[in-house]
Amino acid sequence: MNGEIAAILAMDGIASGAIYVLIGLGLVLIFAVTRVIFVPFGDIAAFTALTLASLETGGLPGTVGLVAVLAVLAAAMEGTALVRARALNRLPRAFLFYLVLPLVPAAAVWLAAGTTLSMPLRIGLSLALVLPIAPLLDRVVFRPIADASVLLLLTVAVALHFALSGLGLMFFGPEGVRTKPLSDVVFDIAGLIVNAQTLLIVAASIVFSGMLFLFFEFTIQGKALRATAVNRTGARLVGIRPATTGTIAYLLASLLAGISGVLIAPVTTIFYDSGFLIGLKAFVGAIIGAMASYPVTALGAVLVGLLESFSSFWSSAYKEVVVFGLLIPVLLWRSLSMASTDEEEAEE
Amino acid sequence: MTAFQLRFAGAGTILLLALAPVLLSPFSITLLNYIGIYALAVLGLVLLAGIGGMLSFGQAAFVGIAAYATAWLTVREGYSPWFGLVLGLALTGLVAAILGAVTLRLGGHFLSLSTIAWGLAIYFLFGNLPTLGQFNGISDIPPISIGGYALASSESIYYLIWSFLIVALLLAANLLDSREGRAIRALRGGRIMAESLGIDPFRIKLATFVIAALLSALSGWLYAHMSRFVSPAPFDVNVGILYLLMAMVGGMAHLSGAVVGAAIVTLLKNSIQDYLPVIAPGASGQLEVVVFSVLFILLLQRARAGLVPFALRYLPRLQPSTPLAAGSLDRRHQPERGQPLLTVTGATRRFGGLVAVNDVSFELCAGEILGLIGPNGAGKTTMFNLITGALPLHQGRIGFLGGDITRRAQRQIARAGIARTFQHVKLRKTMTLLDTVLLGTYGRTSCGFFAGTLRLDRAEEARARAEAIWQLQRVGLADRAFELAGNLPLGNQRLLEIARALAADPALLVLDEPAAGLRPPEKAELARLLEALRTEGLTILLVEHDMDFVMGLVDRTVVMDFGSKLCEGTPAVIRRDPRVQEAYLGGVA
Repeated sequence: MNGEIAAILAMDGIASGAIYVLIGLGLVLIFAVTRVIFVPFGDIAAFTALTLASLETGGLPGTVGLVAVLAVLAAAMEGTALVRARALNRLPRAFLFYLVLPLVPAAAVWLAAGTTLSMPLRIGLSLALVLPIAPLLDRVVFRPIADASVLLLLTVAVALHFALSGLGLMFFGPEGVRTKPLSDVVFDIAGLIVNAQTLLIVAASIVFSGMLFLFFEFTIQGKALRATAVNRTGARLVGIRPATTGTIAYLLASLLAGISGVLIAPVTTIFYDSGFLIGLKAFVGAIIGAMASYPVTALGAVLVGLLESFSSFWSSAYKEVVVFGLLIPVLLWRSLSMASTDEEEAEE
Repeated sequence: MTAFQLRFAGAGTILLLALAPVLLSPFSITLLNYIGIYALAVLGLVLLAGIGGMLSFGQAAFVGIAAYATAWLTVREGYSPWFGLVLGLALTGLVAAILGAVTLRLGGHFLSLSTIAWGLAIYFLFGNLPTLGQFNGISDIPPISIGGYALASSESIYYLIWSFLIVALLLAANLLDSREGRAIRALRGGRIMAESLGIDPFRIKLATFVIAALLSALSGWLYAHMSRFVSPAPFDVNVGILYLLMAMVGGMAHLSGAVVGAAIVTLLKNSIQDYLPVIAPGASGQLEVVVFSVLFILLLQRARAGLVPFALRYLPRLQPSTPLAAGSLDRRHQPERGQPLLTVTGATRRFGGLVAVNDVSFELCAGEILGLIGPNGAGKTTMFNLITGALPLHQGRIGFLGGDITRRAQRQIARAGIARTFQHVKLRKTMTLLDTVLLGTYGRTSCGFFAGTLRLDRAEEARARAEAIWQLQRVGLADRAFELAGNLPLGNQRLLEIARALAADPALLVLDEPAAGLRPPEKAELARLLEALRTEGLTILLVEHDMDFVMGLVDRTVVMDFGSKLCEGTPAVIRRDPRVQEAYLGGVA
């Protein structure tokens, strides 16, 4: 390996690391607020890429069907719960949030099927289409067991991933997709070829991480999210509804996942099940950050990207083995550095 | 139900299983083979996750290691499948020991996440190693042969699979009913509880993890020689999830849940494969995954306990027999009354800038009851944790029975002869009173995993049981020995904790607010018990809020305030001390 190859590999690694940063931050965000380790999070990113590709070819993306099914399920569950609680006056609002709003972008896409849209519109529509998936899943799957142990929530999340990847295959088909690049511009920096796509990925990652930081530091909603993360009971006592902050966390995180899906779609071929591995690699980053620290998670995610890029140069077949194998020393370091806390297991 | 009836039912089941190849179609036998193979891996998962509390998504990888090991050894190197079994068990055990050593110190969900990671890493390794045939796998694996007779047909390997399963179930049941098995069941009560009983939780976790992996390995070996072909797919993480589903359907907390769950899920999978192509032609493959995942989620949302506990409610319960007195465990020679037992010198503990315990010294003499009192935030609980080793000291020294226990781990202190109870009762609700108190004898007994599994521990076990029954009698709970600890009212739960502590035969009993939450008659009962223990020569340290309770009982009192020792003396002296009055009442009363 010479310096030039190393530089190219480093650039590749930082680009994929930047994607993992966005997803890793989303994972930490959801976990902190809802205690759910949202394993299917990578699937959200992959679904965005698949939606975008489908819009590009003028087809009707499978996301429309997926969102419709989830919206009807969520609305039915919320409706039943409200009728049982005899809170009929809250029904219209519930239907607006769980049925109408998620279906607006779906309807728009359905109506626009066949026509060619401009790229910004395609991206906007894809994001709008994917955004409701995670909050709807939250309503259908996690809300009924919001007080369960982290371990149970994790098990449910893992099962949910497999349900989603099965549905993904049905709605999107087995073909891999790759979208048109967001920009064709290529720079030559000191003899090194850098394309604008890479720069865009890194820039987006920095911008959105920064915005997340500003949101947490300077807005009342951001502070409510942080309060829920610190202590759910305490947050309730000051009038914060964990269900609402949970939905906001899912929406925000889905936005991060959606953006990473849009960014990664032109660089890598995405299949219906590509999300799992992307999500799990972001996880390795999140675990480096102990599922709690945003900056360390970001650093960890970049490290994973670099490691993946360099190991694929040495032996591309084993790059997954290397990345997941990395977790073992990381965990060893974590288990030694964390003062062994007494974890009480919930009795069932 | 008596033990005889149980044996009768067991023999009937075995007879039916033996006749199955005569009664059932070959296809049903193939299904039974799969059920048996799955049940072995799920049995490991039940031990690990359901009973030990370590949730693993990666068991399929262990199945795969053994399957590939035997496939490689028999096909590529031409050895007998029995060597494949040895290699499979050894390799799986080794990998599990290494992975366990690295990950088992992690808290709950980190441990489970790590199982996804290494599960995937091992899966990708199978798919990429050229010597393992990459994603094409290894075919033409020879059948197992016993004495020259090859188990090539599914009827013949059926007997081997189910013999292995039945033996594994019996051994696992033996294990759970032994000293180390009780330690496994105690794991979910948290690290502090286990350590306070002299148990090394890490060692127990590692052993359970390796045992679960070995059961998976057995499953993998049988699988490889039954299907005669291995490829990476059956060892992926989604199969690990399927194992979890089986365990949950059956009932995670029961060994029989493994068999029930494996049977239900396998039969369901089979019928789904029959019907889905009719309902949705062309999409059945992915629909199967969706159906199972949705089913799993619904199960987790609505019926987490599984089927076995549900069925058990309708079956007659096994009548327990009270153990006969069979000698007792060796008893400690209590130190001479009045001798110094515990010496705390200059103990200091800081939390960041806060000095929770500041240069506290006191002495405890054998045969006395010492009360440690003080207003809220005085540092009593921290002092308690320093003595029992739950927290390390920053400065100072603690001597016990002539030795130095300052730097010792919690469980070593417990084994040295300090037994404790908890302010918030720490009991395993699903263990019987007898088993709970038996946990206390852990440090006085020595039978290990092998002895427990093979029932070589019965003599020691009988003595431990006699001891436990005696301790239950002392606290007045002997007639309820076979009830579940979780069904007792709080007052009795505190007494049960004391019985558990006494079963460790301590020289010093430390009680953390034992009277908290008790009704007056229960308090009186507790006081009588403690006085009786003092008469027997036991030394007691009491951290307590309830002044009436403390002052009526103790020989001497140490008063703490703001982390420092205020004074010490007999109750009469303490009552008159103006500093104490000021600390409690905020001024001269």
